[in-house]
Amino acid sequence: MLQKMPEKLIDENNVRVDGRGLNELRPVKIEAGVLGNADGSAYIEQGKNKILAAVYGPKELHPKHLALPDRAMLRCRYHMAPFSVQERKSPAPSRREMELSKVIRESLEPSIFLEYYPRTSIDLFIEVLQADGGTRCAGITVAALALADAGIPMRDLVAACAAGKVEGRLVLDLTDLEDKGGEADVPLAWMPNLNALTLLQMDGMLNRDEFEHAVNMAIEGCKQIYKLQKEALKAKYVTVKEEVEE
Amino acid sequence: MNLPTYYEGRQLVVPGDLLAEDDYVAGDNTYKDDGKVYATRIGLVNYKDRNVFVVALKAFYIPCVEDMVIGKVVEVGLSGWMVDLKAPYPALLRASDVLGRSFRPQEDDLVSIFDVGDLIICKVVAYDRTRGPLLSVHESGFGKITRGQIVEVTPTKIPRIIGRKGSMISMIKQETGCHITIGQNGLILVSGKTLEDERLAVMAIRKIEQEAHTSGLTDRVTEMIRKEKGGVEHASKDA
Repeated sequence: MLQKMPEKLIDENNVRVDGRGLNELRPVKIEAGVLGNADGSAYIEQGKNKILAAVYGPKELHPKHLALPDRAMLRCRYHMAPFSVQERKSPAPSRREMELSKVIRESLEPSIFLEYYPRTSIDLFIEVLQADGGTRCAGITVAALALADAGIPMRDLVAACAAGKVEGRLVLDLTDLEDKGGEADVPLAWMPNLNALTLLQMDGMLNRDEFEHAVNMAIEGCKQIYKLQKEALKAKYVTVKEEVEE
Repeated sequence: MNLPTYYEGRQLVVPGDLLAEDDYVAGDNTYKDDGKVYATRIGLVNYKDRNVFVVALKAFYIPCVEDMVIGKVVEVGLSGWMVDLKAPYPALLRASDVLGRSFRPQEDDLVSIFDVGDLIICKVVAYDRTRGPLLSVHESGFGKITRGQIVEVTPTKIPRIIGRKGSMISMIKQETGCHITIGQNGLILVSGKTLEDERLAVMAIRKIEQEAHTSGLTDRVTEMIRKEKGGVEHASKDA
């Protein structure tokens, strides 16, 4: 059964179909260090999105002729599991997945000190287990955490969030339904301490004021996500400390 | 000094956290940009005079000349071995170094010296950004590991396992009666008279790794070993 598009995505009281307000995030749950075999890993649930990220490296790069003499190479694979959407998705990498892999890689590259480890590769795998809109943003959020968990030196964490326009109103953190039924979507990734954008896309039409408003809204969303990221990263050390220092 | 710092000593920080401003010098696991010092890894921040550094809680090994390390042979080459040190770069051990003379391809059989999968204790003798680390086994106690157990920890926790002036490690050695060889790359060789002794030492090391960022650790580890020993009869008594 495919989900049906409701008649109205936002009701007269500015309440969205899932019961959120206009500038409210979906409930977010993040955990770092969930996989034993990867060098670093993290898991995020954002609304119905469920995404796992794993990092290997830095390690010797194969094939060797691709190695960069002055920095490490970040390789990224964004992949959706066949069961992540309502109609089975072919597990082969699609055009969309290859594009997202590139976009995610480029939004994380500025945060990593790649120049510290010339001739090596850092391999990043983002596995979408369940998708419900905004997976590129959740993917970036969780990937940044996996990189930090792997002990890779970073300038800053990267938090990502989208804002958009649905039925004439600007909203934060669109679901799949809102993305498809809405007029525009602006995903962005942001480094909080350096106040730098590393990803900014727009799909659809917005006028200049709306665009600016959407960007500011998404940054506010990133701030909330960043807080949760930090907590998740510290969580396992904090619990150990609390337990033994009682 | 009244320059601004943003955390207390030994507080937990994550990458991107602003640690200090102005005249501070950025040390390990930090960087300075526009007069501001930020953390680059998750760890505990330290302020020492004008230096700011972070003791990382998770990192990988970066080779350093003179380091004693434990590596695994991954490839037998034409005139030496490739060794995995759990570092971003594979290390080279030359046949001539092991033989102590120049390598003669017709007579010397490298596989009979070290084969793929062998663990060896060695030292880093050369390393820079342009090529991988070079190893040497030319010292007593170095070479192939024939017995014992290997424990793997995050390399940044090695100093914690050794303790101040070796206090922690000598305590573990004394309490368990095990021989412990620490590789700076995070691999630790534990060999004792009985499996039980080794189990105890491994447990102690695991505990230190788990709780490296807490205080009063030596006492807790001693306590744990004594408690465990009390419950087991055949733990070595000549400690």
